[in-house]
Amino acid sequence: MQRIDLDDVALRELNEILQAQGDDTNQTSWEIINPKGSHALAVGLDAPIEVTIKGSTGYYCGGMNKQATITVDGSVGPGVGENMMSGMLKIAGDASQYAGATGRGGLLAIKGNAASRCGISMKGIDIVVHGNIGHMSAFMAQKGNLVVLGDAGDALGDSIYEANLFVRGNVRSLGADCVEKDMTPDHLAQLAGLLEAAEADADPASFRRYGSARKLYHFDIDNAAQY
Amino acid sequence: MKDQKREGLSRTVPRQSWTFSPEVNAEIRRAAETGIYDIRGGGAKRRVPHFDDLLFLGASMSRYPLEGYRETCGTSVQLGTRFAKNPITLDIPVTIAGMSFGSLSGPAKEALGRGASAAGTSTTTGDGGMTEEERGHSTKLVYQYLPSRYGMNPDDLRRADAIELVVGQGAKPGGGGMLLGQKINERVARMRDLPEGIDQRSACRHPDWTGPDDLEIKILELREITGWKVPIYVKVGGARPFYDTALAVKAGADVVVLDGMQGGTAATQDIFIEHVGQPTLACIRPAVQALQDLGMHRKVQLVVSGGIRTGADVAKALALGADAISIGTAALVALGDNDPKWEAEYQKLGTTAGAYDDWHEGRDPAGISTQDPELMARLDPVEGGRRLSNYLKVLTLECQTLARACGHNHVNNLEPEDLCALTVEAAAMAQVPLAGTGWVPGKTN
Repeated sequence: MQRIDLDDVALRELNEILQAQGDDTNQTSWEIINPKGSHALAVGLDAPIEVTIKGSTGYYCGGMNKQATITVDGSVGPGVGENMMSGMLKIAGDASQYAGATGRGGLLAIKGNAASRCGISMKGIDIVVHGNIGHMSAFMAQKGNLVVLGDAGDALGDSIYEANLFVRGNVRSLGADCVEKDMTPDHLAQLAGLLEAAEADADPASFRRYGSARKLYHFDIDNAAQY
Repeated sequence: MKDQKREGLSRTVPRQSWTFSPEVNAEIRRAAETGIYDIRGGGAKRRVPHFDDLLFLGASMSRYPLEGYRETCGTSVQLGTRFAKNPITLDIPVTIAGMSFGSLSGPAKEALGRGASAAGTSTTTGDGGMTEEERGHSTKLVYQYLPSRYGMNPDDLRRADAIELVVGQGAKPGGGGMLLGQKINERVARMRDLPEGIDQRSACRHPDWTGPDDLEIKILELREITGWKVPIYVKVGGARPFYDTALAVKAGADVVVLDGMQGGTAATQDIFIEHVGQPTLACIRPAVQALQDLGMHRKVQLVVSGGIRTGADVAKALALGADAISIGTAALVALGDNDPKWEAEYQKLGTTAGAYDDWHEGRDPAGISTQDPELMARLDPVEGGRRLSNYLKVLTLECQTLARACGHNHVNNLEPEDLCALTVEAAAMAQVPLAGTGWVPGKTN
């Protein structure tokens, strides 16, 4: 276990050390203490390492992550795991706006709640939120899966493309072109896998699935009222 | 009432309305028929105050000129000297603006890379990710970080020579884009993580930050991912150039790219292109003023784009305080866009060479703004690159000629005092004297 104290080490140095780890590193376990809400912590990592941040972070924690497993023992600011490519981010607390924005792969698991625009423009990432999510989540979501064990706020999945949204609780409202869809056995199996990976104890059969009605895929003046 | 026509008397000549001109009425009829606003490519076509409204004074008793073809007039410019470990050095003060793969064909992107590299300057990706054609043929490549984040990944970010964080563009400040389904082939769709053949919306604002305070943190993140090595540009449309420039500097930009309303787009509403944003000429001095107020002029470099066509335009933009300029539409014309040799095909599309702007439809006879394999094959990237390189060199030579005539041994030494304006509007916007007077509207009596 390598320990880095952010009271002593600058952000640049921390990220440089973590980014320097390669596929064959033998330093696979890292602990970061005293993050004190710092922004851009553990961004741009590309190695199969485990990083645990002891405390809450600011914006963009784990941004553009590849391969690494990053655990935050606290809450995270806006844009956690933005554009992540692979690997896993585990958040013990809550997440602010834009969690997993534009993410292209990997798993983002949030034990608490996520604020508005969770999964905005997601492009392949899987996001599992144990609590509730805020309004306009999965806005323009392109690919991937968003799983919510709690409730979803207004305008869920507005202008959604091909992402799957699974919600166990109430959905306050659906956004433009987002509709409830059938839950097939394949979807149930996929959901079960996601719940297990995110250490979420829930019955897949208790979820409802939402996705695109695909009515806005080509501009049509008769749909203008939906924009 | 007398029947004037029947009686052979003089009669009132039929008069078209200036307000409801034939062109306006045709557009009303088209809208009524189709139920969709006009979408097109390019920049503003209306006449706005421009660099044509400025003149260089040249050398005189108080200034002596440099000898053409003999005395050196430097053209190189360094971008990104504020924070980046590896600033970009361009041999010429002209660079190629961001244009997306998807909007443009692969061979067109390759040609831009070849031409820019041969001329010693950079080219820029666009809304669709980085292609091998462009990276492989561009010695200096600027990677755009756009609201859509199509194709965004840390590996491409790290193999870029600079990052351009796009807040807006001159053709549509405050607007996003739409790439219509006919241009979304399998490759374009895969790069954008979207289904083939559907209309693809490019967002108008970034998904994970709002406002200058957030932008500062976003720039920090990008620097941390790229090790503070490459310059970070912030591109804004010509909306509020004074404040946008000041806020970009505050947010930590190395370079501000300022795009006036004549700057082109691959596709957006005509109403947006013609009615939003300010002319390039009106944008430069407020941006320079913001930099000067902050003590950052020449420390944070200013790149200006939007309607640059000649070396005179380049020289005038530099004289007003820009460090470099950027071209998009002119680069496409250099490659062959709107070439009269395709006139018969333009006619079939209901247009004519010089006016073709339906770049979003993917039927470009010149093979540039298309993904159709047969049309794409019309553009030879080697020949296109050569044409672009020639054009860039001519722009530079013309700019040098004017700089020497004003007595400068580097094009970046051009200054507002080298200029006068032909119109009151241009004098006010450029803040240089009206020709034949010492009057700078808004500055002097």
